[in-house]
Amino acid sequence: MTVTLATSFSTAAQPAPPGGPIPPAAPGEPAAFDIRGFSLWYGTRQALHDVNITVPARRVTAIIGPSGCGKSTFLRALNRLHELTPGTRITGSLHLFGEDLYGPGVDPVVVRRRVGMVFQKSNPFPTMSIGENVLVGLRLNGVRDRNFLQERLEESLRLAALWDEVKDVLHRPGTSLSGGQQQRLCIARALAVQPEVLLMDEPCSALDPLATAKIEELIQILRERYTVVIVTHNMQQAARCSDRTAFFYMGKLIEYADTRDIFTKPANPQTEAYVSGRFG
Amino acid sequence: MEPRPPPSPQPTAAVAAWRRWKSRAMSLTMGLCTLAVMAPLFFVLYFLLREGASALDWNFFTQLPKPTGETGGGMANALVGTMVLLTMAGLIGVPVGVLGGIYLAEYGSDRVNRLIRFWADVLNGVPSIVWGMVVYALLVVPFKTFSAYAGGAALGLMMIPLVMRTTEEVLILVPQSYREAGLALGIARWKIVTVIVMKTALKGIVTGVLVAFARVAGETAPLLFTALGNNFWNRNLAEPIAAMPLQIFAYAISPYDDWHRQAWAGALALMVLILGLNLFVRLVSRDRAKS
Repeated sequence: MTVTLATSFSTAAQPAPPGGPIPPAAPGEPAAFDIRGFSLWYGTRQALHDVNITVPARRVTAIIGPSGCGKSTFLRALNRLHELTPGTRITGSLHLFGEDLYGPGVDPVVVRRRVGMVFQKSNPFPTMSIGENVLVGLRLNGVRDRNFLQERLEESLRLAALWDEVKDVLHRPGTSLSGGQQQRLCIARALAVQPEVLLMDEPCSALDPLATAKIEELIQILRERYTVVIVTHNMQQAARCSDRTAFFYMGKLIEYADTRDIFTKPANPQTEAYVSGRFG
Repeated sequence: MEPRPPPSPQPTAAVAAWRRWKSRAMSLTMGLCTLAVMAPLFFVLYFLLREGASALDWNFFTQLPKPTGETGGGMANALVGTMVLLTMAGLIGVPVGVLGGIYLAEYGSDRVNRLIRFWADVLNGVPSIVWGMVVYALLVVPFKTFSAYAGGAALGLMMIPLVMRTTEEVLILVPQSYREAGLALGIARWKIVTVIVMKTALKGIVTGVLVAFARVAGETAPLLFTALGNNFWNRNLAEPIAAMPLQIFAYAISPYDDWHRQAWAGALALMVLILGLNLFVRLVSRDRAKS
């Protein structure tokens, strides 16, 4: 059902992203994330067990698995947002384009500038207008150049496929938009600071099928310029919009392969049981 | 075929009438209780108006108190004194209280916070005269003079725990998702707290501050050994200063009818000031509920 809807929103109606489309990454391009022997504990409870994974640049990587399998924890570890929870501890290494994100002296604030995130529930800042919401990341990091801000505002909203809907009401509160528009506003806000990676934590779980289709279409456009990692409960969504899929179960990475292979010929019996809907 | 639930028994006419009677009796009882709670407020307002309104003339707001034996005069110095004391109290109570509330809501660890909260709640329960004595020992005795500074400090110290707890409460109400969204944009923590979280909770913080002002505006006991009171204009904040509650107290215990009338008028003016502050708070917070 949703698949039909998704295709009915033809990409022809979308303006090409500014700067022209960028071809997908060549096979030889370096990996975005290189993660080795990564484990994570909340207090004494171990949430991730010895995860080894290489996330390719300019591809969409989906993380699937049943509730509580550690997929959201894994996503939050990618920009060190899990550190908000007191008592967390990690071992292993996590490199982004060759740089150790957990290295000594690495400021998590700087990490998060490079690795943006969109959350399950849209959360535009209620005291700010649509325009202010998009630019808040730049403004609070000291960007004052009006022309540059205006450029980023339009480009980010265009990239999030929201510009045509809001260009005349940029002064209205961000919370005045519909749920799907708010989520795209949050995507524009994350893109405005020009991150290298965009993390999405179940970005469509609070949206209706039409809004979901729009976001999925958007992910296909973002894929040309950004590395996207998306956590989803919805296996059809993973199948529709990702290049690679990782299946997590009980804090372990069970299988990681091309999305087509995960869904058509999974190597692991647990993966097969999950993707065929026998548990989870 | 599933068994159908038994039909609910239809009450007989007598039972229904008894129930209606019980319902009416309870409604009446609760109405009377509400009246009993609200009656004192109306009595206070009624007496203040009856006794005070006649003395509340233009002179009351513009003139100094007359010497003993002369009739007339006003409380202009006490009105201004209360404003001065509240300003100084605000300078101490608002920044310390708000920053303390931010610490509790955004930074402190659970263990430290429990301790601070406990002490703040204890301080909220400290009798106000004790605050006066503490400031007397700290500021009046060493400088060998009662002063406006001491009075402002006593009221300011009382405001700190009040403002701190309300600030903490409204900051905690700001959803965690806004902080996470800010952090995920690579914004520094202190900027998220000041620009995003505090802005979202601003109306609540303002409301808390105004409530704290209303609470200390009518305090007499902490001023007795600090601001002392003054029958003339205060020309130096290091000297005693008049305040509405002090002036009312001094007039009320005097043997003169004219002063009694002035005390009523002062009480009425103070009451209207605090009522006005509370109404303003309601206005501010209603606005918040709408948005």
